[in-house]
Amino acid sequence: MASAPLLSLAIWVPIVAGLLVLAIGKNEGGQGNAHVRWIALGGALLGFLVTIPLYTRFDLQSSGFQFTEKEIWIERFNVFYHLGVDGISVLFVLLNSFITILVVIAGWSVIEKRVSQYYAAFLIMSGMLNGVFSALDALLFYVFFEATLIPMFIIIGVWGGPNRVYAAVKFFLYTLLGSLLMLVSMLYLYNKAGGSFAIADWHKLPLPLDAQLLLFFGFLFAFAVKVPMWPVHTWLPDAHTEAPTGGSVVLAAILLKLGAYGFVRFTLPILPDASRELAWMMIALSLIAIAYIGLVTLVQTDMKRLIAYSSVSHMGFCTLGFFLFNAYGVEGALVQMISHGFVSAALFLCIGVMYDRMHSRAIADYGGVVNTMPRFAALMMLFAMANAGLPATSGFVGEFMVIMGAMKQSFWLAFVAASTLIFGAAYTLWMYKRVIFGEVANKHVGELHDLNWREMLVLTALAVATLFMGIYPVAFTEVMHASVNDLLRHAALPKL
Amino acid sequence: MTAREFINHMLVLPEAIVLFGACVLMLVDLQVKTERRIGSYRMALGVLAAAAAATLFMLFVNGSTKQYLFHGLFVADALSHLLKLVCYASVAAALIYSRQYLLDRDLLRGEFITLLLFSLVGMMIMISASSFITIYLGLELMSLCLYALVALNRDSALSIEAAMKYFVLGALSSGLLLYGMSMVYGATGTLNIMEVARVTAQLAGAASDRTFLVFGLVFVVAGLAFKIGVAPFHMWIPDVYHGAPTAVTLVIGSAPKVAAFAMAVRMLVNGLPDLAQDWQEMLAILALASMAIGNITAIAQSNLKRMLAYSTIAHMGFMLLGLLSGVIGGNRLSMDDAYTAALFYVIVYVIMSVGAFGMLLFLSRAGFECENLEDLKGLSKTSPWFAFVMLILMFSLAGIPPTAGFYAKLAVLSAAVTAGYVWLAVAAVVLSLVGAFYYLRIVKLMYFDEPSDSPRAGAVAPAHPELQMRVLLSANGLVLLLFGIAPSMLMNVCFEVIKAL
Repeated sequence: MASAPLLSLAIWVPIVAGLLVLAIGKNEGGQGNAHVRWIALGGALLGFLVTIPLYTRFDLQSSGFQFTEKEIWIERFNVFYHLGVDGISVLFVLLNSFITILVVIAGWSVIEKRVSQYYAAFLIMSGMLNGVFSALDALLFYVFFEATLIPMFIIIGVWGGPNRVYAAVKFFLYTLLGSLLMLVSMLYLYNKAGGSFAIADWHKLPLPLDAQLLLFFGFLFAFAVKVPMWPVHTWLPDAHTEAPTGGSVVLAAILLKLGAYGFVRFTLPILPDASRELAWMMIALSLIAIAYIGLVTLVQTDMKRLIAYSSVSHMGFCTLGFFLFNAYGVEGALVQMISHGFVSAALFLCIGVMYDRMHSRAIADYGGVVNTMPRFAALMMLFAMANAGLPATSGFVGEFMVIMGAMKQSFWLAFVAASTLIFGAAYTLWMYKRVIFGEVANKHVGELHDLNWREMLVLTALAVATLFMGIYPVAFTEVMHASVNDLLRHAALPKL
Repeated sequence: MTAREFINHMLVLPEAIVLFGACVLMLVDLQVKTERRIGSYRMALGVLAAAAAATLFMLFVNGSTKQYLFHGLFVADALSHLLKLVCYASVAAALIYSRQYLLDRDLLRGEFITLLLFSLVGMMIMISASSFITIYLGLELMSLCLYALVALNRDSALSIEAAMKYFVLGALSSGLLLYGMSMVYGATGTLNIMEVARVTAQLAGAASDRTFLVFGLVFVVAGLAFKIGVAPFHMWIPDVYHGAPTAVTLVIGSAPKVAAFAMAVRMLVNGLPDLAQDWQEMLAILALASMAIGNITAIAQSNLKRMLAYSTIAHMGFMLLGLLSGVIGGNRLSMDDAYTAALFYVIVYVIMSVGAFGMLLFLSRAGFECENLEDLKGLSKTSPWFAFVMLILMFSLAGIPPTAGFYAKLAVLSAAVTAGYVWLAVAAVVLSLVGAFYYLRIVKLMYFDEPSDSPRAGAVAPAHPELQMRVLLSANGLVLLLFGIAPSMLMNVCFEVIKAL
């Protein structure tokens, strides 16, 4: 077991399970679906189990890549099937595998049409996402990065809301534009590095500033669209609103992290000079996302749209943290990414719970839900607080660290960043108040029934994660230390 | 004839088999009285199998050595063997895919099979040509058969119009090509490709002869562009693709592209490498124009065949990216990589094109042509498996991993970036984004829309075609996925072949 290819398992177990589900679940709506669900759950659980040793056996002292696997893949282009994780990426593999289980359970009774295709899409996507986080070869990264578009496109388009086609196509084209420009940048680097797609080689590659600046923008398009940063965030509210609950969860919890992860894996270490040169721009864009989008969030009338905009605002913290070039900033940003993975997933699930019962996402259609769904109201309260950044929840840790990092640079930077604590509290709690508290608004709300055991299980798991991360964040940050310090050392060296 | 000479003449064995087979088939078919023409059909497949066996035999015996025959008019090398194999496969696929379609329309006549085999002979001659005159002969043989095939459905005004257009424009392009060849002959005094290369290398310094040569080159490239179908010489493509019976569109859209690629390699890469700077610039303009016109115009099409026609134009533009990136400022180091990319692109494109048109044939049936976008509505409901195959085909055409189309794009883009055409690569990716839109639209129609209730609707539920068609079509799609996950095999083969060029 010591030398088991854990990362390959993390990638291929869900994919194989997905294909299996696709293969057996032919009869729509018939008896076959019960098997499909259990197999999907089995695949997701197994996929999560194989990632656990990644955490327990992780060497905290090492800043290098661990659990590496390397096989030649495409000889002509010198491409390797090269996997490995460091302190930055390992947590995302775990997060992704964890969220996949929840998504499978959350869709258990909700999804009735094309069940096998639904589960197959999620499982295959889950495997590919693990691939993105563990790829050490740029082309392998790219293949996984872009391949995730296909299942997500299908998920939004097939199981989405009324405007799903528009949202799916917008999502796909936006993201594809970004990734194609990244592909050209990668080919340029491949060429400069003497025919190597190894990310580690690129880290060492000296590059003149003008080339770095051009490459920076090439990568920026890809990652900024994914994060998403202002002003290329407009696909996100549409995609989130129209996607089925599971789709929104994966989109918010994992897919958005790809962009931010790309900054840490590619932009900062490969283009350190350009990153420092353009840090002002990135910081400015992040602050706009935090403050301006925070205000935009306030006026949303659709709950899913509200959480989608709040995601943009929270992800602004991540990009802000990265471009502060200090350990607080970068670690804070990474913590924020994971915390956002829990919290936004939970909030989308909460909205999904209500939507399944009422078939409406409009805040105005709700009111007084606490009267009929007290357990749900309590859990959602926790997630709302976490979204607002209340201490002792995971939301606080990341934001606090990033604000500390910002404070080291300038007071005003920290001041604007901290405005999120006000806006965040305002939009989340105001929404919570309008939906949950007060008198029962209409007879539909009066007929609501509280959480069933499956919903309870999913939300409780996330609640535990949120609280654990808020109370004992060291469990997460200790994994990152060595790699983040190494990254910062690397980013500080000029490579002109 | 000595034994040695006889063995040498074995090199044309595949051509001989197909030619002889086609002649015999023509006679035998006169005796076939049944509608279904099982005999002719099986015999044609048999001929293809025999030719493939002969070619494989050559490949094993000769490996990558290059052998000339008929005083340098004919060449047998690894490239010709590989491209011929691709041609056999796509012609065989065309036969299998189109059988039911043609039967339903009462078009499965002996002419179809015979002309198909004769056009294959033309392609094989083009592929193995080592003289401008052989290229021209092969080209005409192929083209004349294809003109007739387009008019196969002689009761359809659309078909006749398409055939007319194809014929007139084809004749014009042949004229251009011939004119260019005569210029090259005037400048170099020879039509043999190797000789042309030798003489141009010597002439490279002399300004006056060079002008003459470049003048000829312009016409050669223009003629070539017509045949490959790149903008601004693409006008015939949409009309012909649209007008021809889908079975014939499949034929035109697949193997002839391979032959045209071979023609480009023989004439430009083998024959005029010293003018690379000149023709690369011309190809760059053609490539950019095709990618732009092809991708942008395809969006506006509601007819699937026209859409795929414009997509072909765009794809051929992409393929040119590889061809035009070989020589960098007189430096030929990256030549192999660049031409490997183009070769890989052509092969992958042919697989995709055969699959896409095969799907249209599959979904058509008696009295119904599957040719409008709406006809694909809700396919994932009525036929999930084939909707999935079409999904792979579309994502491959759009160049999204993990499909073979992605590596084809990657290879040519990488070649272009290596050659310093970064602007062209950026333009290419932006235009391929435009292209992604219309491929996505098909996926959208198949997966997101409900089957329509219009009278045309039942349309989407395929009739039950023969087993071999289902199997082949599935394999066709899966091969793209296979090459998407393990592209190495095909890439290595392409590289070996180009290295031996």
